Formats: sequence, structure tokens, C-alpha cells
Amino acid sequence: MNKLNGIKLRHDKGTKDCETTEFPLPKSVVVPMSQHMGAPCECIVNKGDTVTVGQKIGDTDAFMSAPIHSPVSGTVTDITDFLLANGATCKAVVIESDGEQRVCPDVAPPEINDTQSLIAAVRESGLTGLGGAGFPTHIKLNYDPVKTPVDTLIINAAECEPYITSDYREMLESPTDVIEGILMVQKYLGIPLCKFCIEDNKPEAIKLMKEKTEEIRSIDIVTLKSSYPQGAEKVIVYSATGRIVEEGELPVHQGVIVMNVSTVASIYRYARTGMPLVSRRITIAGDAVTKNAGNYFVPIGTRVSELLEYCGATEAKKVLYGGPMMGICLYDTEQPIIKNNNAVLAFKEGKMPETTACIRCGKCVRTCPFNLMPVAIESAYKAKDVEELKRLKVTLCMNCGCCSYACPAHRPLAEINQLAKMLIPRK
Amino acid sequence: MKGLYVSPSPHRAADNSTAKVMMMVIIALIPAAMAGCVFFGARAALIMSVCIVSCVVFEALCRIIMKKEQTVSDLSAIVTGLLLGMNLPATVPVYVAVIGSFVAIVIVKQLFGGIGQNFANPAITARIVLMLSFTSYMSNNWAVPYWYSDLVDAKTGATPLAAEWLTYTENGVNYKMAPFTLGEMFFGETGGCIGETCAAALIAGGLFLIIIRVISPATPIAFIGSFALLTFLYTGSGTETLYGVLAGGLLIGAFFMATDYATTPITTKGKIIFGIGCGVITFVIRSFGSYPEGVSFSILIMNLLTPYIDKLTRTVPFGAKKAERSGK
Repeated sequence: MNKLNGIKLRHDKGTKDCETTEFPLPKSVVVPMSQHMGAPCECIVNKGDTVTVGQKIGDTDAFMSAPIHSPVSGTVTDITDFLLANGATCKAVVIESDGEQRVCPDVAPPEINDTQSLIAAVRESGLTGLGGAGFPTHIKLNYDPVKTPVDTLIINAAECEPYITSDYREMLESPTDVIEGILMVQKYLGIPLCKFCIEDNKPEAIKLMKEKTEEIRSIDIVTLKSSYPQGAEKVIVYSATGRIVEEGELPVHQGVIVMNVSTVASIYRYARTGMPLVSRRITIAGDAVTKNAGNYFVPIGTRVSELLEYCGATEAKKVLYGGPMMGICLYDTEQPIIKNNNAVLAFKEGKMPETTACIRCGKCVRTCPFNLMPVAIESAYKAKDVEELKRLKVTLCMNCGCCSYACPAHRPLAEINQLAKMLIPRK
Repeated sequence: MKGLYVSPSPHRAADNSTAKVMMMVIIALIPAAMAGCVFFGARAALIMSVCIVSCVVFEALCRIIMKKEQTVSDLSAIVTGLLLGMNLPATVPVYVAVIGSFVAIVIVKQLFGGIGQNFANPAITARIVLMLSFTSYMSNNWAVPYWYSDLVDAKTGATPLAAEWLTYTENGVNYKMAPFTLGEMFFGETGGCIGETCAAALIAGGLFLIIIRVISPATPIAFIGSFALLTFLYTGSGTETLYGVLAGGLLIGAFFMATDYATTPITTKGKIIFGIGCGVITFVIRSFGSYPEGVSFSILIMNLLTPYIDKLTRTVPFGAKKAERSGK
């Protein structure tokens, strides 16, 4: 088995020993109706309504979606049009908290006794992939076991992005939720084997998970070499099983499903408590953070400005959702925390090094995990040569950013790859 | 909070730049350049300085005339100047060095768009142009080591490649004796261009660049390896093979010119093809051609083939399905 290319990054995981605490309840939250991959939800509350924690405030009949619940108890003060950090617009519900956190009477542990009831429960929990992409979890679990039988569940605890430690803290703080969640998914979906993948820069987590799964033969703890982007879906499938998820395929086509460690723990938490996904663990870090860097349970919808104020990072010049390699820049700190955010990073320096001419050194080719040729893609993109872009398989690019990172001329290669993809007509 | 920087990911970059890469190449060339100064004296230092200064001046002027952003600070013109100087004999007139710099920077590099855009190696092309235009200065009667001092009587002599091998017969067996010992060849005490004679310094510089990953070992291994293999098969003599590897511009070519980013293939497979091509052509010219030396020509020819090699040696993307033929 060949090793996939990648890069070595400074880990900067200074918050790895920061135990997660509750973030102070915000006075008001903004809950966008699109926090996941797929169709946005319809808002099902009106201005002036009183809501409680865990009450469903957004839902849709669309297949690819996940419902949204109120993270606080209080009053809906506004329903606005909202521009998300990723450039999409959707409705957002603004709720003023009454500070009491009254729990919705509907919140009760679900009955789970077979595949369909598990999938229904996961849908009701509003759970989406917590690692970053925000893929609705119930859809991932709802595969056709005849057409695409799955024999391996891969738990992604690589956490290969620098700074972020929220998945690591999940493992250390709630190992039971993690393991029970895995066992639940295995039991109701009939998946015989679980490969639980952790990068070797987290020895404590590996040790704890090995201890906890000593008696459980179906869970195999896999230690992965720490290298970026080890946690990318296709990379981790290959590292864990040697299987190659081909162009246009999903992992299920290779008999695996990949779940983030925090996502799988959330399934068990929902099964235990019935409380949908209304808050999540967030790492706050970065060199502009002057105090209180660490991990927090933050209610969904909390404005990033409150996080920055709490951590003394109001002087930041660049604020990111997620890690420095794939994170999205915030244009405005009034943006809220949404389901797929695992970190908020604040940096003092916002400018990237200046771009110079390509010297054809080939570093971009040698670092690309998928063996793409960003240098050739750039030329083809400039020439608007769609056929050439197709031959170069630019659509396989996952935007991991290794090429841009490694380029001595600091060319925005990853960005060009994304722009080049847009030139290719979708079938 | 407003006034935030917004840019596409990634938000981190490796601590590297074109200037840093060029600086490493300069550092790697310094031992061989210094050896050249020791063997060929102050005149060698003068020629290299003239090349560097005129390359930098030509580069700056070109960018000004073409109204393009200034690129002198990327140090690539210094690398070209230094390499060109090292590829000239210490005895060339200064104006020849200036003409060479003009050819390298203006004609080969800037007229094609500057750094990264040239299709042929500037220093190699300039060396070839000078060799064909100023043949009397650039061939046969080369300065010998220490020609500037009283240590030697004859100021010029043949290079290792041009010098005749001594042949004699003893007890019915034919023997050949090399004009220089392998020790002299290794440390560079032979006639030749300023920077190409000291094999030890060139190998040290090349290894340095390989270790810090500025160049890939594929090209030099393929180049030197294929040349050595063919020479050994042809002559059947280990000494002659080693002599050929250490002689002339092979080492400076293999480590410093055939590894130029802009004019050589990108993938490892491509680099191997390029290196083998260089090795074969060098062997053919040296063994059968009318020129004693073929390294420059071999690299230039392979430079011209590079776009095609690049096209044939594309990587196979991970998980890519075979391209569907677009049938009509």
C-alpha cells in the first residue's frame, strides 16, 4: 500500500489539556436555517413565539436536510434574511434568551430498537457531521444494505488540522458516549467491524480508547501517522482499509461509512437524553486569543463576537471557522456558531505572503494527496481549457490546501482548483 | 467587529519563497566557485562577478523596459550569472562574459516571460552561444590550474576530455594511461571552466541540495548513471568510466543545470526520462561526436523535449477513473 502524499504541519494544539466548560449563556442567538449540506429548513416558528430548549424551529420535507432546534428558551424577536460565511443566504431565527433554559416537553429519550428507528431518531436529533462538512447524519446511515453493503465503520478521530482539539476532548471527556455510540451504530446497521482511527500525536486518547475497548472485539483502534490531511474522508478510508473511493463514489460504495468521533458520540447522547443538537464543543484558539483559550460547550447560534470578547481576541485581524488549512474566514464576527463548526480561531496577522511567478518546482504535485497536478491545472484554468481540466481530474480536488501551503511562490493553487471546477459543466 | 481579512483557505503557508530556494542554490554553488578561484586565480573571481553583475543589471533593465514588476530580488538572476561564470574559462575577455549574460537573461529568459517561463536553461544556452561564437576562447587551449602563478610553466593545456590518452604496449598487452589521475580529477586540479573542475565541491553542493529537498535526486542519478553505464559498456574500463564522470561539465550539469525547475520535467518519472536522455546524448557526443564535450548540448536538447515529457508523464490521480474517449 502506497503512502498518500501530504504535508507536515506544526500542530499548535495548545488547548489539548483544556477541559471543556459551559460557555456563558448568550443574551440572544441567531440560528440560521441552513447549517448542513443540502436543502435549508423552513422556519416553523413566528416572530413573537416563545420557544424552549430543544424545540424544533426549522424543518423541511426535503430528503437531504436535518431539522434545527432552539438552543435557548426565550422569545423569537426576528426572522431575518442572513448571509452565511460561506456565501449562501438563508432565513435565520433570532431568539432572545430568558436565561431560564426551560427544556421543551417533547425532549425525551427516543425508542430505538431497529435500523429504521435509529435512523428516524438520528434525523430528529438534527445531527449533521460535526467534523466540518455538515453532511446530514441520518442520510449517511440510511444506505441500501443490498446495493451497497457496509462491512466497516470508520471513526474519524484524526483531527489533523492544527489548533483544533474538540474531538480529542470528546474522547477524553466522554469515552462512554463515543463507544456506546459506535456500538449502537454497529448493532442497528449490522456493521461487523469498526476501525477507530486516531493520529499518533494523541497518545492519551489512543491509550484511553484502547483501555475502554479491550473487551470489545468489534472495535479496532488504529493509530495513524500524524500528517495532513490524514482526516480527509478518502484519505482516512485508504489509510484504515486500503480501499480507494473512486471518482464519483461515496465511501459506502467501498463498503465503509466514515463518521466523526463527536458525531457518533452525539448519537448516543441523543439516545440517552433525547436532547437534540443544540450546543456543541468548540475550540477557541489562535495567536490573537489573549485569555481563556480552550474548549467550550457553546449553544448553536452564539455570535462569534461573544466568543472573541470572552477570550480577549477583539484585536484579531483574521477569524476562522475551523482550522487554518480548510477553515472559512468570517467577514463579520456577528456570524453565529453553527452545527459543523469545531473551532473558532483568531489570528493577529491576516495577510498572506505575496504571490510571485510560478517556478515550476513541482512541490504542489508532490504534496497533493490525490496526485493531482495543480501547476498544470493553473495553466489550463488560465487558458479556460475545459477538456484539459477534465483530463487533469480537477473535480477530485478536496481543497485540502497542501498545494497552496507548499508553494514557494505562494500561488493560490487550491483556490484556482475550486474556480477551475466551476468551469466544468455538471452532468 | 469589522476590518477583518478575508481570503480563501489555506490560511497558512510554508516558510519558503523563490528567493530562499535560489539562496540555497547559491550556497550550494559556493564551494565549487571557490575551488575555481583557487585554481584559476583572481581572474576567475572577476569573470564570475562580471557575469553576476551583468545578469542582474540586464534583468532589472528588462523588467523596467517591459514595464513589469521588478524580479531582481528573487535572486534567480544571480544564480544564472554565477552558473554562467562557472561555465566559462577564466581566460575569456570580460566583454564575452557580458555578451553571455545578455544572451542568458535577455534572450533566453526575459523575452519568454521571465522566471519560470523560459524553455531552455539560460546559462547552458549562453555557454553554447559563446562556444560557437568565440570558439578560440572557449575551446582547446584552456587555462591550467595555477596559470596565474610561477608554479607552472605552460599557461594553457588540454582539458581532461580533449587530452590524448597515453597508449603503450607491454608484453603484447595494450595499456592506456589517463592524462590526469583520478585524484586530480576529483579535486579539480585540471584545466577547464572555472566551476566545473572540482568534482568534490560539486558533489558536496549537489548532495546539500538533495538533502534539503531543493532538488530531486532522480535527475542526477539518472543522468550520471546512464552515462556511466553506457561508457562502461563501451570502454569496458572502470577507470575510463570514472574519468568520464569526473571530467568536463557532467557533474555541474547533472546537479545544477539538469535540475533547473523551469526547463525540466515536473514528475519523478519525467525527471528520470530527462536524466537518461541527457546521459545518452552526452555519451554519444563525447564518444562519437566531433566536440569533446556534450553536456551542454544534451541538456539543451532535453530542455526542448521537456513539454512532451511532461505531457507523457502525468500523474495518475488517486481514485481517478480512466478518461472516457470522447467519440464523435
